[in-house]
Amino acid sequence: MYLLFILFFPLVLGAIILVARPKNAFIIALSGAIIETIASVKILYDFSQSIKPITFIHSWIPDFGLNFSLWVDGINGILIGLCGLMVPFIIASTAKTERANNSQFQGLILLMQSALMGAFLAKDAFLFYFFFEASLLPIYFLTAIYGGENKNAITFKFFVYTLFGSLFLLIGLIYVYLRTPGNIHSADIIDLYSTASALSANEQGLLFLAFFLAFAIKMPIFPFHTWQPDTYTTAPVQGTMLLSGIMLKMGTYGLIRLILPMFPLGIAEWGYTASVLSVIGIIYGSIIAIQQKDAKRLLAYSSFAHVGLMAAGILTKSTEGIQGSLYQMLSHGINIIGLFFVVEIIERRTKSREIAQLGGITSHSYFLTVTFIILSLGSVALPLTNGFIGEFLLLKSVFDYNLVLGITSGITIILGAVYTLRLIQNTMFGNQSRITTSFQDVTNAEKWVLIPLSILVILGGIIPNYILAFSEPSVNLLTQWFK
Amino acid sequence: MTAIIALSLFGIGNLFLGFWFPRKTIQLISLLFLAISMGLTTFDWNHEYLWFGNMFKTTNSSINFSLIIQLAAFLVIAFSNHFGNDEEHSHPAEYYAIMLFSVVGAILMVSFEHLIMLFVGLEILSVAMYVLTGSDKRNLRSNEAAIKYFLMGSFATGILLFGITLVYGATKSFYLANIALSITQTAPESMPTFLYIGVILILVGLLFKVSAAPFHFWTADVYDGAPTIFTMFMSTVVKTAGFAALYHIMGGMFGGIYTKWVLIVYFVSMLTLIIGNITAVYQQSVKRMLAFSSISHAGYMLLTVCAKQTSTTSNILYYSLAYTLATLGAFAVVKIVSEYQTGRNESPENFSSFNGLAKNNPELAFAFTIALLSLAGIPLTAGFWGKFFVFNDVFNRNIIYPVIIAILMSAVGIYYYFRGIIASYFNQGDIEKIEIPTIFRIALWITTIGTLYLGLYPTIVKNIF
Repeated sequence: MYLLFILFFPLVLGAIILVARPKNAFIIALSGAIIETIASVKILYDFSQSIKPITFIHSWIPDFGLNFSLWVDGINGILIGLCGLMVPFIIASTAKTERANNSQFQGLILLMQSALMGAFLAKDAFLFYFFFEASLLPIYFLTAIYGGENKNAITFKFFVYTLFGSLFLLIGLIYVYLRTPGNIHSADIIDLYSTASALSANEQGLLFLAFFLAFAIKMPIFPFHTWQPDTYTTAPVQGTMLLSGIMLKMGTYGLIRLILPMFPLGIAEWGYTASVLSVIGIIYGSIIAIQQKDAKRLLAYSSFAHVGLMAAGILTKSTEGIQGSLYQMLSHGINIIGLFFVVEIIERRTKSREIAQLGGITSHSYFLTVTFIILSLGSVALPLTNGFIGEFLLLKSVFDYNLVLGITSGITIILGAVYTLRLIQNTMFGNQSRITTSFQDVTNAEKWVLIPLSILVILGGIIPNYILAFSEPSVNLLTQWFK
Repeated sequence: MTAIIALSLFGIGNLFLGFWFPRKTIQLISLLFLAISMGLTTFDWNHEYLWFGNMFKTTNSSINFSLIIQLAAFLVIAFSNHFGNDEEHSHPAEYYAIMLFSVVGAILMVSFEHLIMLFVGLEILSVAMYVLTGSDKRNLRSNEAAIKYFLMGSFATGILLFGITLVYGATKSFYLANIALSITQTAPESMPTFLYIGVILILVGLLFKVSAAPFHFWTADVYDGAPTIFTMFMSTVVKTAGFAALYHIMGGMFGGIYTKWVLIVYFVSMLTLIIGNITAVYQQSVKRMLAFSSISHAGYMLLTVCAKQTSTTSNILYYSLAYTLATLGAFAVVKIVSEYQTGRNESPENFSSFNGLAKNNPELAFAFTIALLSLAGIPLTAGFWGKFFVFNDVFNRNIIYPVIIAILMSAVGIYYYFRGIIASYFNQGDIEKIEIPTIFRIALWITTIGTLYLGLYPTIVKNIF
């Protein structure tokens, strides 16, 4: 029952806010998001006490064997936690701006949360697909209405590109679904696992490509990433937080949940290629990030680089890789949302994201500098931050998989440090520029977002074991499918 | 069956009532008539009756198709807020009457068991449509559309008749059951070859009517030239009846020679999908875009005809319902916006006349968006499940490549459907609040909520089977 609540509560609340247009949409949305957080934590706590996944099933289209079937296990629990935990911060980041009480804006954020929750909660593969595609709609409207320059063309490209990939996911799913045994087939993920892994190597290879295309566009993986920097840059910062913080994890989650157990032979054939593409993405993203002049675009490329490592780790099929990627999904979500918020704070004050025009902010706002450094070090994966745990596990798994790929990925730590520290140095330190001479200090509303995120960064680095132990049994269960 | 008699009487009644009552009352009376006939149709549920010397058969699936057709006519009449620019010279009672008559023709087309009954139903439907297409007498485009439709349509019916004659010559009967029996019982070598030519000719005649490529050239001009209200009728009622008839003949009567005609229909469906979708991309007028979109949807429905599974009839039914609701919703918004923009904009039916619709008319923009999303096949709407069931059917036959082409064309479709959404929400324009008559608004909500509801619970329709 709780599962239905965390799925539908943001949907209903978001729809009500959209239709009723209340004057104090901010308070309503924020409290709704906090209620959602509490409910998600409760569900995750319940799961950690039980051995088996918590499930909910309701018949949906019986003729086709499609069920409205939800579950929580160690793997999607992390992502449900991410989604439930981060949305209050995303909504809180609108505080004291004109978007705070904009009911359309807040309603769309809540609808997006519901769609993302649905994708993570789904146990029926078509229900997953349903939410995978449905999540495109709120973010499309959010970005196209409130975005920056050239928003129409950029968001449309994002929508069509992503939808195109997920159409291949659809036919792949239908193909496997029609081969499940029985007169009425089943789309339950476990049934799909057993059917798909019994298919021929040829079929598995093609199906791997079809599924991987959809997720590769979503994550993104080189060379399917061309939509990402423009979309992240032009979206309103809350949209970018939703995109980079939570939505791209749908791609990596799909990689873990669907591709790994279903197509072991397909991975044997194409896995190395996919890993190489991921690692190319890491290097490519990092190098281009170093060149960026716009801070938001730099963070977009850094996100692209980070997700390449996550994908490479997953494709190694090892427990460390999957554990590392799950932890990194959580940490990257926290870090990138925090970092985008810092850039937003700077942009609110100075009306500019150009790194060359900034500088010397630290003398006005020591607080901002400290939190910016903490979040960036989390992104760079300094030990004692949450990023370190994830990246360490991922790098170890890639090293074990292939030495060359491992060394290449390791180099990107250095590149990551280059662009991140340059960003901090050029915006925070150095001489004050014309536009930063009157930089107001961080307001209380902004502190409410920055402080918890920074604490989470450090906490994640000091006591990771709680989360790692949370997901480990389910990951072990998953690896049984392809060992 | 009682529905046919009732509708014919109601149509004649409408003609006379037009002398005494004003337009609004006639509209309400026509809606009442259709509601009564929908009720009468459901009385025959779960009874299979044969009428008119076994030429007309009411089965559950024919009742379902009749209900969709009558629902479409009901919504079209509800959307007809005014006819043409010249209120005094238009005679709405006649148009309502002709619409009721053509619904009779459509019902004949979905319940036939005799080829002559198919011809009779087709002609009643088509001739009524020819008249309605040209009803905007002072508009040159409407006259052109009517002549084109009449010529091409009569040609198509002629070809259909040639085909029927040849099939009769080969199998010595007009009754579908006897023809099917004779096909399955005669050995392939002793079956005269002109039977297959007859099959192809019948197929061509019907493909004309449902505007499949390469027989689709009339569709764009006719849909564009006809008054929008009759385009709505044409694109939903004629298509639904046409596909019901097509599958009844090809899948039912000619099911025994499936291997002979399946490749042709595959080729036609691929051609339809590609031509329909790619040409729609270039359209500037929303009405023409919707015409080409209806061509592309014919392509999807033809795919499931090719697959010929046990679920095909219910899939065609579901797809027709989803397509009808979405098309009616989209055309309704086009109608009311283009009426507002006539006089303010040089091209009231272009995408540019929708700019900024959402600012003052959120209801219209939302209904338009849901309709376009359903036509595009986005999840949460009925159109997605329609395409899903079609892909399921085709995959059950283990045929992959047509589905890949269908998917690629779906992606193309998103481009032109989204132009409407982008224009309404994201472009700047100055459209004031448009006055919407109450009946129009109720009908618009029926289409929108119906689309969303079917998008979440498609089984509601499937369970009827």
